[in-house]
Amino acid sequence: MRVRYLLRRILQLALTMWLVATIVFLMFRLIPGDPTSTLVDPTFPASLRAEILHRFGLDRPLHEQYLTYLARAVRGDFGWSFYYNSPVVEIVGDMIINTLLLALATFFLTYLFGILGGVVLAWKHGTPVDSVGSLVPLVFRAAPVFWTGMLFLMVFSYRLDWFPHAGIRTAGYAATNLFQKYVSLDFLWHLLLPAVVSTLYYMGLPMLLVRNAMLENFGEEYVEFARARGMSEARVMFRHVLRNALLPVVTSAAVFLGLALGGQIVVEYTFSWPGLGREIVMATQRRDYPVAQAMFLLLAVGVGLMNLMADMVYGYLDPRVRLQ
Amino acid sequence: MSRNLSEGLTLAAATGPSWRTRLGILRRILFRDLSTAVGITVIVLFVLVALLAPVLMTDDPWAINRRPNGTIARLDPPSRAHWLGTTDLGRDIYSQVVVGSRAALLVGFLAALMTTVVGTSVAVIAGYFGGWVDDLLMRVVDFAYAVPFVPFVIILVSLLKPSLANVIIAIALLYWRSSARVIRAQVLSLRERPYIKAARVAGAGPWRIIYHHITPNILPLAMLYMAIGVGWAIITESSVSFLGLGDPLVISWGSMLNLAFTTGAMQRAWWWVLPPGFSIILLVVATFLVGRSVEEYANPRLRGEV
Repeated sequence: MRVRYLLRRILQLALTMWLVATIVFLMFRLIPGDPTSTLVDPTFPASLRAEILHRFGLDRPLHEQYLTYLARAVRGDFGWSFYYNSPVVEIVGDMIINTLLLALATFFLTYLFGILGGVVLAWKHGTPVDSVGSLVPLVFRAAPVFWTGMLFLMVFSYRLDWFPHAGIRTAGYAATNLFQKYVSLDFLWHLLLPAVVSTLYYMGLPMLLVRNAMLENFGEEYVEFARARGMSEARVMFRHVLRNALLPVVTSAAVFLGLALGGQIVVEYTFSWPGLGREIVMATQRRDYPVAQAMFLLLAVGVGLMNLMADMVYGYLDPRVRLQ
Repeated sequence: MSRNLSEGLTLAAATGPSWRTRLGILRRILFRDLSTAVGITVIVLFVLVALLAPVLMTDDPWAINRRPNGTIARLDPPSRAHWLGTTDLGRDIYSQVVVGSRAALLVGFLAALMTTVVGTSVAVIAGYFGGWVDDLLMRVVDFAYAVPFVPFVIILVSLLKPSLANVIIAIALLYWRSSARVIRAQVLSLRERPYIKAARVAGAGPWRIIYHHITPNILPLAMLYMAIGVGWAIITESSVSFLGLGDPLVISWGSMLNLAFTTGAMQRAWWWVLPPGFSIILLVVATFLVGRSVEEYANPRLRGEV
């Protein structure tokens, strides 16, 4: 049963990705006017222009281009970057790792502080701590994440000079191997600001989920019983109420990773974090469309995989979902 | 007399709450608690600022100002001449913030309106007709969910041509997905209510039922999505502009922040960074507050009446 469900979901994902790839293909050919004018400098002589179009296969009929595009995308061949003057595949490797690491760090911080914050809010329910505390995530949710990022840069990087303002490692820092590249104080030091800023942005959701789920549990008999046994309030909160309130939070956590991957763009750009999201922006600004196209597809696949994972977790936690 | 009354009651029970009683409840809720009143006041204030921008501005927002000694007023801190200081080109920041409210409100309300209309229509048609129509439309929704939102908007906008209209279109093309899914679920449950079945038996056509019986009942939910949508559209527009892919001829809060960021002026010109950011937060929080009270209306359980 579970295997069949998994297979069906994987098939669905493949179908969706094919549709996304098709939309991307069409989108990049939607450009008003001559789409090739963004690829070839219009001042080039006609013969040179024809030569370049021929080399990129842009002189062939649209359906042929489409089939070649699909066949190559499946094999992970995303064409040639005009800007880097190298195959797109060669530049994406590090970017995928960078994006994933930032998303994971954000994920852990978000759920760690989100859950803790939610417990505190529920615990102090009805006091100023709760009413002010519930407002804070709302404000960080309403603040564009790049603006919060700029504030943090202004204070912690430019004024106090505690943290670097851009990039992923100090210039000139040479790592001897991949492990050292990412497991180093220098990397963590660069990771902290972007991770904290996106955490502030996302934290509100788990925080309010935990708070509300815990409040619903407060009237239950087991809570009174635990209190009657003379347990400390902290123990009642963490050991008993929180445990029962965690299910919706776990479900939302699974969906979160996909969300964080797709929403990473702005944070990466603000902190010059060399990941997929920032590269989409840079490539779009440079009109390096093969790269933008590839990054977009990769992000879509990433989000799709995360959502698949979320469905699996959800199906495991709530078996009724599987039977549908 | 009493027969008329009982007939009237039966009729009321048969058709569900009318448009008028629905709007009455909505009005009561909107003005009941303080945070909603604050939210509405803030939104109205911003609308006034946008409408009265030519009067409120102290300066042409594009004008390059000079100091008394003739040099360009580059990055001057707030002063009597320039209430919120100047940009690196000597442009008046206060006037830019004032005029920026226009782009924010325009994108916010138009994009939210379009997403809500599209999302609600899809939801009502899918939910009411069911069958293959429902299947087809819901697969389209699933597919829309598979497309990463911000990347889609920036690429589409830059491909078409950076302009406010294209930002609105790009947002609307994808954002209707969330309202469609939730409102459809509501329509599914409405469809089985006795008064809808009664209407069907009485010979009412599908469009009549949809207009008279379904739409009034999902209106609060649609308005909730509209309120949330306004906030999201404003944030999305400011992100697109911040990433340097907005309309170059329009001053928006996002494009102001883009310049403060890319010129490196943010290192010391706090007066360039704080005002647009606070404007965005204020306006978006206001839409969230209004959304929250609409949510209470849409979900009677939160109101404590059921």
